[in-house]
Amino acid sequence: MTAPPAPLCLRCCTSAGCLASGAAELRQALQRAVSCLELVDRIEIRGVGCLGPCSQGALLAVDPDGALFAGVRAEDATGLIAALVRRWELEAIDGQRRPLAWTPGRGERLDTSRPFFARQRRVVLENCGLIDPERIEAAIERGAYDQLRRAVQELTPMQVVETIYRSGLRGRGGAGYPTGLKWSTVAKMPGDHKVVVCNADEGDPGAFMDRSVLEGDPHRVLEGMAIAAFAVGASRGFIYIRAEYTLAIENLRGAIEQAQRHRLLGQRLFDSSFEFTVELRVGAGAYVCGEETALIHSIEGKRGTPRPRPPYPAEQGVGGLPTLINNVETFANVVPILREGSDWYAAIGTTSSKGTKVFSLTGNVRWGGLLEVPMGTSLATIVQEMGGGAPEGSTIKAVQTGGPSGGCVPASELNTAVDYASLQELGTIMGSGGMVVMDHSTNMVALAAFFMEFCRDESCGKCVPCRAGTVQLHGLLQKHLAGDATAADLAQLEALCHMVKDTSLCGLGQSAPKPVLSTLRFFREEYVALLKPVAARATEAAP
Amino acid sequence: MSVSTLTIDGQAVAMAVGATLLEAAREVGIAIPTLCHLEGLSPVAACRLCLVEIEGSGKLQPACITPVLEGMVVRTDSPTLRDYRRTVIELLFTEGNHVCAVCVANGHCELQDRAVEVGMDHSRLPYRFPDRAVDLSHQRFGLDHNRCILCTRCVRVCDEVEGAHVWDVAWRGEHCRIIAGLDQPWGAVDACTDCGKCVMVCPTGALFPKGDTVEEKHEDPSQLVALLRARQARQGAPP
Repeated sequence: MTAPPAPLCLRCCTSAGCLASGAAELRQALQRAVSCLELVDRIEIRGVGCLGPCSQGALLAVDPDGALFAGVRAEDATGLIAALVRRWELEAIDGQRRPLAWTPGRGERLDTSRPFFARQRRVVLENCGLIDPERIEAAIERGAYDQLRRAVQELTPMQVVETIYRSGLRGRGGAGYPTGLKWSTVAKMPGDHKVVVCNADEGDPGAFMDRSVLEGDPHRVLEGMAIAAFAVGASRGFIYIRAEYTLAIENLRGAIEQAQRHRLLGQRLFDSSFEFTVELRVGAGAYVCGEETALIHSIEGKRGTPRPRPPYPAEQGVGGLPTLINNVETFANVVPILREGSDWYAAIGTTSSKGTKVFSLTGNVRWGGLLEVPMGTSLATIVQEMGGGAPEGSTIKAVQTGGPSGGCVPASELNTAVDYASLQELGTIMGSGGMVVMDHSTNMVALAAFFMEFCRDESCGKCVPCRAGTVQLHGLLQKHLAGDATAADLAQLEALCHMVKDTSLCGLGQSAPKPVLSTLRFFREEYVALLKPVAARATEAAP
Repeated sequence: MSVSTLTIDGQAVAMAVGATLLEAAREVGIAIPTLCHLEGLSPVAACRLCLVEIEGSGKLQPACITPVLEGMVVRTDSPTLRDYRRTVIELLFTEGNHVCAVCVANGHCELQDRAVEVGMDHSRLPYRFPDRAVDLSHQRFGLDHNRCILCTRCVRVCDEVEGAHVWDVAWRGEHCRIIAGLDQPWGAVDACTDCGKCVMVCPTGALFPKGDTVEEKHEDPSQLVALLRARQARQGAPP
């Protein structure tokens, strides 16, 4: 008689992307099938965060096989459970382990050795897709809050700041400001009351890194915030999250509640005098509230408009208190840095950009989804190799990074290694990690007009260049698309772009012209091709 | 009180620490155009007319809020700045409906003055002719959104000086407009004390006394400083 086979675990992706492909129904169907056959003790159905290739949803992983299935539907549930039972029966006869011989009806089994998975280096996402984000026990099993405990009990705040500083971590929200420097600035500010804010107002079109982290591993972010609070001497924390992220909000709410119940957030943590509470603040749909001073105003209950800096939030933030603002992914990097040490982290990546970066790959690409790679990985590796390139019959024309604040990298420059400096040289930015792939059918002027319309709609209206300039820029781009523009209009477009970039008050206005300037740099011929022929103008002007 | 010495357009100037570049420039008689700025109100740096070049800084900085620093070298005038200032004025003219010939503030309008100063004889950008409303519900004053440039002086004076907080900005981007109360007709807002300070500080003809016709609005925004000084004197504070 052989030992009973190990219990099975079916990890069912419950992130927003897969939910849209029927993941909730699939999970229910699996649970029904398992309970009908009284296999609840032997087969665990676990809802988990993002499993990666979102474009192939709904995704389902089977452990301990490590098999990953794509395009699974609710009607596949009984077949899968039956196949698992059949395998048990066969194994009971001869005691031999055998691979799972099953494929979903309309889906497929994914080869996890393919580049999309094999070339990843999961640091931020190490628990994402493995643990049930709704159960704190699952996170604690994987070591959640161990580093917070260690920091509070064994380290001084200065040691924590020093560790982050030496790791070379830079802000993952877009600008890439050195995180350790920011922490030490806030730590050095006088006063007993300080605030830590997590910016989860991810708003770039095509970006869903932060959402995936919050949906899949919320405790990772909470622990990072708590460690930051300990390091800078803060006792209050806010997570500013956009209202559209309903699942992330739900998971965060649950996570905060559970952490408080487990006395991992709140007062007198780990029998010390350290206290830290976290509140959720849900945004009301303004992109500009991702800008830190607008975000602070919004937390305070005021109109979400930016103000000039200085004073920086580190001096005067929420309620006038010294405030540390980092984005979700930055906080999610804190735990592994503390656990493995700053040298370990600094060894990943390039000279100017350390660690890994999570990207959300979307657009005209075969394998879209969430992936994490070391800094310095080339765009070609990410897009061509991991993403599988453009779909059948088309070729990649450009890759847009950094959302409406970024620019396009043409196909000829795809060998660029991704880090803060190299992307800046190409006239774009790392941004928060949204990567939109465009094939040869994309009209670059229309793309620029799309982003300009976005900025026009999202401008807060406080400063003149952004409020009125984006409207005029959008009008000029429309004029090009309509074929009514002249060379003078093109010159005016370019001049106005520079004016809006140089004179706007905040980052939104300053970077709003970037998609235009970037496409003008690499695809100027497309603008020129749209200009009205000179001859046509001459005949029109004639009486 | 410590003092910083800096250079503005080649002129050396000594200013008390905490003073702004705008104050420093005015000290030596250099005119930097402003619109949203008004002495006596908190600065918002929104109109971007007062942007100046500072040596060693890659970005243009608004003179109205940038504090003086020892050794700063500032340029308030250059071909680029001139072009940007003119563009700001053009953007303001094209986003509203500014028809000087029929405006109560004609001849006493700061927007008009700035347009003359920056040499805007026509707009290089197309006019947008937005459809905007006029609010005549208040007993004594009127609000013509067509002439509003969203400088928010009225919002600030009502909140900071009068303490009534009648005005706010609603909506966003191109749809921004000044609202009274909770977007009510001005006349229906109980909080309004009918003091007229918003009309006084309005740089254009957007807020005006009812009964004023073309060129008849004569309120002077600089009266605000006199009012604040008188208030401080009565409270026994040094002027």
